[in-house]
Amino acid sequence: MTLWFVFALMTVAAIFAVLWPLGRHNRPQAEGNETAVYKDQLAEIERDLAAGLIAAAEAEAARVEIGRRLLASAGSEPTPVMRSNLWWRRAVAAFALVGLPLIALAVYFPLGSPQLRDFPLAERTKTPDVKQPLENLVAQVEQHLEKNPTDGRGWNVLAPVLERLGRYSEAVRAYRNSIAYNGENAERRADLGEAIVAAAGGVVTGEAKSEFDRALALNADDPKANYFLGLAAEQDGRTADAAAIWRTLLAKAPTDASWRTLVQASLARVGGAAPALSDETMAAAKEIGEDDRDAMVRGMVERLASRLKQNGSDVDGWLRLVRAYIVMGERDKARNALTDARQAVANDAERLRQLNEGLKNLGLDG
Amino acid sequence: MIAETGHYALVLALGLALIQSFVPLIGARLRDAALMNVARSAALAQLLFVASSFVALVALHVTSDFSVANVYENSHSMKPLIYKITGVWGNHEGSMLLWVAILALFGGLLASVGNNLPLSLRAYVLSVQAWVASAFYLFILATSNPFLRIASPPIEGRDLNPVLQDIGLAVHPPMLYLGYVGFSISFSFAIAALIEGRIDAAWARWVRPWTLVAWIFLTLGIAMGSYWAYYELGWGGWWFWDPVENASLMPWLAGTALLHSALVMEKRNALKVWTILLSILTFSLSLLGTFLVRSGVLSSVHAFASDPTRGVFILMILCVFIGGSLVLYAARASSLKQGGLFAPISREGALVLNNLFLTTACATVFVGTLYPLGLEVLTGEKISVGAPFFNLTFGPLFVPLMIAVPFGPMLAWKRGDLVGAAQRLLAAGGAALVALALAWAWARGGSALAPLAIALAVFVIVGALSDLAERSALFRVPFATAVRRARGLPRSVWGTAFAHAGIGVALIGIVCETTWNSEYIGKIKPQDVAKVAGYELKLEGLTERQGPNYRELTALFDVSLDGQPLRPMTPSKRSFSTRGSSTTEAALLTRGASQLYISLGDMADDGAITVRIYHKPLVLLIWWGPVLMAFGGVLSLSDRRLRVGAPKPARALRGLQAAE
Repeated sequence: MTLWFVFALMTVAAIFAVLWPLGRHNRPQAEGNETAVYKDQLAEIERDLAAGLIAAAEAEAARVEIGRRLLASAGSEPTPVMRSNLWWRRAVAAFALVGLPLIALAVYFPLGSPQLRDFPLAERTKTPDVKQPLENLVAQVEQHLEKNPTDGRGWNVLAPVLERLGRYSEAVRAYRNSIAYNGENAERRADLGEAIVAAAGGVVTGEAKSEFDRALALNADDPKANYFLGLAAEQDGRTADAAAIWRTLLAKAPTDASWRTLVQASLARVGGAAPALSDETMAAAKEIGEDDRDAMVRGMVERLASRLKQNGSDVDGWLRLVRAYIVMGERDKARNALTDARQAVANDAERLRQLNEGLKNLGLDG
Repeated sequence: MIAETGHYALVLALGLALIQSFVPLIGARLRDAALMNVARSAALAQLLFVASSFVALVALHVTSDFSVANVYENSHSMKPLIYKITGVWGNHEGSMLLWVAILALFGGLLASVGNNLPLSLRAYVLSVQAWVASAFYLFILATSNPFLRIASPPIEGRDLNPVLQDIGLAVHPPMLYLGYVGFSISFSFAIAALIEGRIDAAWARWVRPWTLVAWIFLTLGIAMGSYWAYYELGWGGWWFWDPVENASLMPWLAGTALLHSALVMEKRNALKVWTILLSILTFSLSLLGTFLVRSGVLSSVHAFASDPTRGVFILMILCVFIGGSLVLYAARASSLKQGGLFAPISREGALVLNNLFLTTACATVFVGTLYPLGLEVLTGEKISVGAPFFNLTFGPLFVPLMIAVPFGPMLAWKRGDLVGAAQRLLAAGGAALVALALAWAWARGGSALAPLAIALAVFVIVGALSDLAERSALFRVPFATAVRRARGLPRSVWGTAFAHAGIGVALIGIVCETTWNSEYIGKIKPQDVAKVAGYELKLEGLTERQGPNYRELTALFDVSLDGQPLRPMTPSKRSFSTRGSSTTEAALLTRGASQLYISLGDMADDGAITVRIYHKPLVLLIWWGPVLMAFGGVLSLSDRRLRVGAPKPARALRGLQAAE
């Protein structure tokens, strides 16, 4: 409501700016004119002459020239200001009163978002925003990596989360950094390839394919690399090759492998025989996405916990940890963390106060 | 609420600009003072609303409100505060808002200090300002709105282009815009004169301070941009004949011509129609510059298609204003009365010559900038017009201009005495010959033309000084009297001398830097020594450091000259992980006006690093020159006195020509 009040005030101010001169009495106004300029020029010549900057003959010539201009301008001065034209003034006043607000609203409504309040960053990090715990955590890990870009474990954690959030090209960069600082293995190479495929909208590009080839060179049985090489063959139109790759993969696969269904479905797509599936496996396969995501969050929370064990003075960190446990539904761990936090800051009255206040905000006893 | 209030303030400014664009016109036709005065209060209110809109955007950037798309795309919460503020105009939408804010500032200034103008002229001028303003408000609101929101705001922004995270961004664009937009006032004055059908010496007196202000800021803005490119891009170049640079040079050339022709008009009531045309052209070139830089047409013709609405919108503004004003000019110019007469050899004649050279130079740059674009649009063929073209065309135009510069102030108004002027320039000519001999004796290698160019520059500088000496009668009267006379000289005379000397100073810098610049480019390992122009630079070591939003690799060089140790130099390289890009921070060691310049390249696996080391003799003169010119402009601006060109009385009436 305040917003509309401010808008109304601003509109009134704008209308007033138009109405104010219209309402004033028509006093004769101080107005510049050419005659004044030429008179000043004449005075200037006298000054220059006195200072010896110009000779007497030149001054005389200049006087004659300016005198001519003075005469000409006096002849062509515009007619003096007429009495007010009441009809036009009323029309303009009416237009300002009605037209200005109409124009303003007509332009503002399609463009503006009056229903959105401001979101300055300082305010947002203070209040817990349970809707986006993942994005918040990602941002924190990114900030951490900004300062410690060689922390390979950080990149390892960040990369799959970025991929899940659909930030594929950033995920590619994270995987590359992970390989650079953790060393390469078949799994990381295959993950990188997968991210490149995702960034390319599902097409197995040459760049991605070379990553899968490297993965196979490190471990010929890596399932992800094998699967994507099959996909590459399918996309190249070599369906027979694709089927062969996937059949070999299924033959070597452990019976409880979570990706079995995916490979079997792909095999069926290219016309290969797919063995029947148990309902149980199907159900398990559906769960994968959710589980993986949880695992990521858990990994990050655990990292936070271990950091706090080493350095317990970070009140905000403790609060985040407690909140994370609550969100994950692990109230016992939350209680343990709370006790740890109290112990860690017990010697510092100011921090203890902050901690207790924060806990109150979380709905836990202070 | 800040975001929406800022947005609404911008919309209200549009409404006020629309009213301001026709009500004062009607008032001026009816000679109704109240209606004409609407222009004034509306312009002031417009300034208030646009300023609050701009302040709102700054506040949003400072508080990192990522619910605003513009902030999200161009800011980052960890950026230092100064770059959060400068980042406001480091992007398309924000810089357009700055553009209209400055336009409103000039409108507001004219409304508040323009009491010495006839009421109707002020009403017309402010109306024309409001046309320009309305067009740009519409452009911003329709295609480049900085206040659009994101319903579920992201937690972190995308950061500003690292090259722009520099103090240069704080100064360069506002200055340049003050220059570009300042010329809108002389444009509005010209259109007002055409509509009213009245133009005379008084008009030139009224428009003078505005043109000067715009010219001063444009001069400083260009010089600042050039220095920024010099130290930030890491190549040691200071002018690339890049289309963006040319876009700012063209209004400067036309604006310089305008300053000079307006002078003739104010003092002698001549060259009126030409001055009007130059006013129109200067602002048109400013608009063209804005179009070239802001539509994306420059980076590639194909970038145009990436956001066609923006490009097409500015192109429409361009066509309406340039086309409309030229049509109006064609229709009304013949009805303007002719002015004073003068002989070809006279101060007026010299200024006409100056105008001819400056406008031709401007046309050269125009062709060199737009021809490749046109060719690519029509045939798809890509060519690049670079330094060779401009050096071959621009250089020959500037040499005769520079020779003529010292003669101008020496000639009398209306009919001059070339021989007399030449005699008075004997001292300058002598100084030039001495400089030529010295330069030839000292020069080792380099172009044979370089000493000649230095002689020319010395001629210009000493010529400007001898004008001062001549007017204060130095060496002819006792010294104390001369000093008194010099202090009594109009400040505009001092301004002229400073501005003209500034060109010479800049020319010396340009010639020395391009001719006797020495460089060392190669790989260097810690404890290795590189030798450049007698300096010995030893790489002591490389260290890594963490900045607020980047990592920095710094090299430490010990510099010595003939065994004498000097200040150590620390060039560095910053990598920004948010954007995955890096910048070079060159190290500069200033000795007098010369500089030693080191920038870092890539690091090899064996611990060696590529470095570029330059010794640039007298390079700083390139920027001191424009600063001198701008200072001359300020002196001239502070001269509130009226100007009169006292014509030399005729002995015979032969050889006179009409002004136009």
